[in-house]
Order: sequence, then C-alpha cells, then structure tokens
Amino acid sequence: MTESHDDKDDHHQDELGHASSYYVILEEAIRVLLIEKGVFTAQEVETQIDGMDSRSPAVGSMIVAKAWTNPDFKAWLLRDAVEAVSSVGVDMNNQPDLVVLENTAEIHHVVVCTLCSCYPRAVLGVPPAWYKGREYRSRVVVDPRGVLEEFGTYLSDAINVRVIDQTADRRFLVLPSRPEFTDGWSADQLEALITRNSMIGTAIPLTPAQLKAETATQS
Amino acid sequence: MITGSGKFTIGGLVRVRTGATDYHCRTPDFLKGKDGVVEFIVGKYPNPEQLAYHKPGLPKRELYQVRFKQGDIWPCYKGSGDDAIIADIYEDWLEQTPQETYHD
Repeated sequence: MTESHDDKDDHHQDELGHASSYYVILEEAIRVLLIEKGVFTAQEVETQIDGMDSRSPAVGSMIVAKAWTNPDFKAWLLRDAVEAVSSVGVDMNNQPDLVVLENTAEIHHVVVCTLCSCYPRAVLGVPPAWYKGREYRSRVVVDPRGVLEEFGTYLSDAINVRVIDQTADRRFLVLPSRPEFTDGWSADQLEALITRNSMIGTAIPLTPAQLKAETATQS
Repeated sequence: MITGSGKFTIGGLVRVRTGATDYHCRTPDFLKGKDGVVEFIVGKYPNPEQLAYHKPGLPKRELYQVRFKQGDIWPCYKGSGDDAIIADIYEDWLEQTPQETYHD
C-alpha cells in the first residue's frame, strides 16, 4: 500500500501476486486524491494506521486484570472509564466516550452495534469480522442466549442477559467476572485468561484448567 | 429523582417515537414504538442526524440510556423475563409512555 507509484505497471497486485479487490483499488484512489488535494498528508495516514495497530485486545486484558486485582482501580473504571484507562497509558484523545459494564453473578452484558460496527477500538483494537457481519448484528438482539451458545457460552436462566446496542457517542467494554481458582494470581498471570470475546460479552474468561489445556496444545 | 436539563428523568417510562426518516437515523428501527425505562442521562451531544451531513448538529440534544425488556421488543422471545436490551436514544425520539400501558 505504501509502495511508490513510479512504475508504469497498472496491474494492482499485493505482495503475493493476488489481484487487488475493487475496494482496495477504490481506497487507494481516494487516498491518493485526498493527499494530492492537501486534505491530509501521507505521514498522517501512516500515523493513524500505526495508532490503530498499537491498539489490541491486550490493552483491554491489561485493564481487566488490573480491575480484578485492584478494587480502587475497578471502582474508578466503573465510575469514569475514560479517566481510569488514561491513567494506565491508553490514549483517549479524539476517542468516543468509554463505559465499562461489570458482569456479575446476576447480570451478563453482551455488546453489539446493530446500526454499523461501533466498537471500543481504544481498548480492543480492530473489531473481528463477525462483529461487523449482519448475522451477529441482527441475531444477538433477538436471540442472545442462542448466539452465546454458538460461541460456547451457556448461561443459566438465573442470569439476566443484557444486550447493549452501542452507537457512535459511547463505546462499551465488558468487565467479565474473575474466574474461580485464581486466588493469589498476579495481574500478569490473569491477563492470559482474558479473551477478546470475554470483553465483548460473547464469552466468559478462560478457566485455569482451560488455559492449561490450551497451552499444552500449543506447545 | 435525578434530572438532567432534558425532559425525562432516571426511572421514567419512555416510548420511542415511530416514523421513518429519509435521512441518517441514529435510532434503531427495531426499538421504534417500544416502551422502556430511562436508566441514565448520558448528556448532550451534537445531533447525529445533522452531523451525518457535515452540519454542526447544534443545538446539542440530550441523550438517554434506555432499557427495554426483551419480551416487550420480541413477542416470541424465549429467554428469561428479565433479559433486556439497552440503547442510547436521543430526546427528540422519545415521548412519555402512557402509564396504563406499561406493566413492570
């Protein structure tokens, strides 16, 4: 995407030689035109992409683990998430408001954007493809328990499911419940249990046993 | 009772106005005509229906966090009776729910 355009070869191909899609070509054409018109510079585009790449679910996991191990931070996070996450180095400038919702033994939150693809990018990075897809967006509001089961998440009827339909002004991060059998774990150890989906609400964090099994499979 | 500068209060019953727009609409269609409860007064934000057309969106509009019972949205809802949907709705899309029609 950043290669120079000195060559006269007009075939759009990626580094593996695949032809570019319609939208890739369209994006490039619009970007180059806007740079030529002086709306923004190529450096500004790179800075934006770098900023987006630096945000990932690891940021969210760090925040959740800190909330699990520090009651004062957790209270601050639930009261004023923008201030609390800024205090641990998350850049919230030019970001929509952030709200953190706590899952408890009684309430399970799951987040969607039915209108488009609003997502707490500041703390979770780029949304997964399914989050932006029509199937998840239309079905999770009608049948949240059924959709959660497809993610392997089974909730008892005693737990109330709250679907949050988030929009442009405020973004929501789910603070999942801390798994059992993690007494004495450090924040660093706990981070490994916190998955992206557990912070969207389609899953719950891994148990220590699941983590152990997953690590065994990978090694 | 907690009130903002807007028309509705926390705990107040509200109904989402019906009607289509031929422009950008922030209010999800599946909530139109449905009754809910104001959970939180979010504050004032520029009107997204104007922002979408590069207008300033002023004056700012009051935004409310509204909770809807799933059973009120989908008559065939299969989950627990306390399951809910929460959405942020702008004041101009809300009206007072006639009391006798809402069963808590």
